[in-house]
Amino acid sequence: MSEKKCQTIEEKQYLVRFNADTKSHLTVMDADICLNHCPDKICTIFCPAEVYKWEEIRMHVGYEGCHECGSCRIGCPHQNIKWEYPKGGHGIVFRLG
Amino acid sequence: MSEKFDCIVVGAGPAGISCAYELAKAGVNVLLIERGEYPGSKNVMGGVLYRKMMEDVIPEFWKEAPLERPIVEQRFMMMDKESAITVGYKGMEWGQEPYNNFTVLRAKFDQWFASKAVEQGALLVNETVVLECIVEDGKVVGVRTDRPDGDLYADVVVLADGVNSLLAKSLGFHKEFRPDEVALATMEIIKLDKKTIEDRFNLEPNQGTTIELFGDATKGILGTGFLYTNKDTLSLGVGTLLSGLIKHKIKPYELLEYVKNHPMIRPYITGGEPVEYLAHMIPEGGYKSMPKVAGDGVLVVGDAAQLVNAIHREGSNLAMKSGQFAAEAVLLAKERGDYSEAALNHYKTKLMSSFVGQDMKKYKDSTHHFDKFPQYFDKYIPMANKAMSQMFTVDGTSKWDKQKKIWRDVGTAREKMKLARDAYRAWKVMK
Repeated sequence: MSEKKCQTIEEKQYLVRFNADTKSHLTVMDADICLNHCPDKICTIFCPAEVYKWEEIRMHVGYEGCHECGSCRIGCPHQNIKWEYPKGGHGIVFRLG
Repeated sequence: MSEKFDCIVVGAGPAGISCAYELAKAGVNVLLIERGEYPGSKNVMGGVLYRKMMEDVIPEFWKEAPLERPIVEQRFMMMDKESAITVGYKGMEWGQEPYNNFTVLRAKFDQWFASKAVEQGALLVNETVVLECIVEDGKVVGVRTDRPDGDLYADVVVLADGVNSLLAKSLGFHKEFRPDEVALATMEIIKLDKKTIEDRFNLEPNQGTTIELFGDATKGILGTGFLYTNKDTLSLGVGTLLSGLIKHKIKPYELLEYVKNHPMIRPYITGGEPVEYLAHMIPEGGYKSMPKVAGDGVLVVGDAAQLVNAIHREGSNLAMKSGQFAAEAVLLAKERGDYSEAALNHYKTKLMSSFVGQDMKKYKDSTHHFDKFPQYFDKYIPMANKAMSQMFTVDGTSKWDKQKKIWRDVGTAREKMKLARDAYRAWKVMK
């Protein structure tokens, strides 16, 4: 690692254990707000796990890789994300830190 | 399972476990509910655990707790792009009993700590989410969980549900937090053998170092980075206000990569293998963002009550103290048979008159101040680096001429006045 080397978010997420539920604990409440009223789509930037990805006309929510930090609930400029905890025992499982 | 307990504690982190431990020790029938697979599985911190507040709960815990390294040196790096001014303190008194602080890995530590509460008689239930508090006649009487028939009742409920603090919010104890009231931190655990860590950080076996990183580590945004030594891993992380990430459109994991590749940091971690990546929020709104902490049949402790001293990277110690005070209030309420807000307010009184409340008040304006005036991080730190470089570079220029140039580089008379005013303001919010 003597040369500058950047690890991608995919590589980082690969280091984490997830016990994903079958149902998402994150819900975009009004898809129209993302499409027509949110040019920045800032959740796709600040989410530390890149859970939110804009796909042409809709927000893809990859809840399976969520760290359950809560940033999206607070940072969404339109309060458009319904945020719950995953079902007990599900979601992220930190082994160390 | 429509059972009735004396007390239900929601969340098995430092605050919740401390509270449950003290209550169980006093013979109270206490249930500790954790949403993760095990205590610690949802919890993250940079890794510094302060000895004093932990010892107040479990004397001589260092003899059996899963700790990483006692910290004998604390350094602070004021970073520019390719330089840093470092100050620090190293003292051998921190390397022996009773120690000052330790690095810990939370998934291991919290499991152990919770097991101690169970030894005292607390009932721990994992993999259970508390969906809401059950409120009757304006009084909290229990919790609704996501288990089948999951209503549980208690004389008093202690909310230790962490930074998101959804339960206190649903009781109307606070509004949703703003992006400038929380920091988002990302961190990596990097595996490196013991000997290499000790060589790189100038340590003997079973000694550790913490380094706090300011300035370029967060690209001038309000926040800090940190590099802590564990036994055979390093914890490297960076946290900034969520509002800062939003304003500057920065991806947190790219900022973490930036720190990893910074020329002041890279040599420490070279050859290391990242073994875990973690993200978590930190409550940084301070005193002014604290929710109501006591109500009829309910108390709020730890991160859920925003108890973090961001300037001094303290949190778990405030959490433990708050958990202890909450336990004390519950015991008093039990003795009197009165769990009203007035009775439970004993907790608030104790909390606010202790170092916890005093420090929260002392730094009540600090985060806001440094957020409002970004020049401390994005201007003055680079300026100080440049001044050091000029002063210590021997190039035949006289020291008087060097000083003159450094002073000239501060800028116009107006900018010099501004620097003096900012220095005064910084002193004022920190004093």
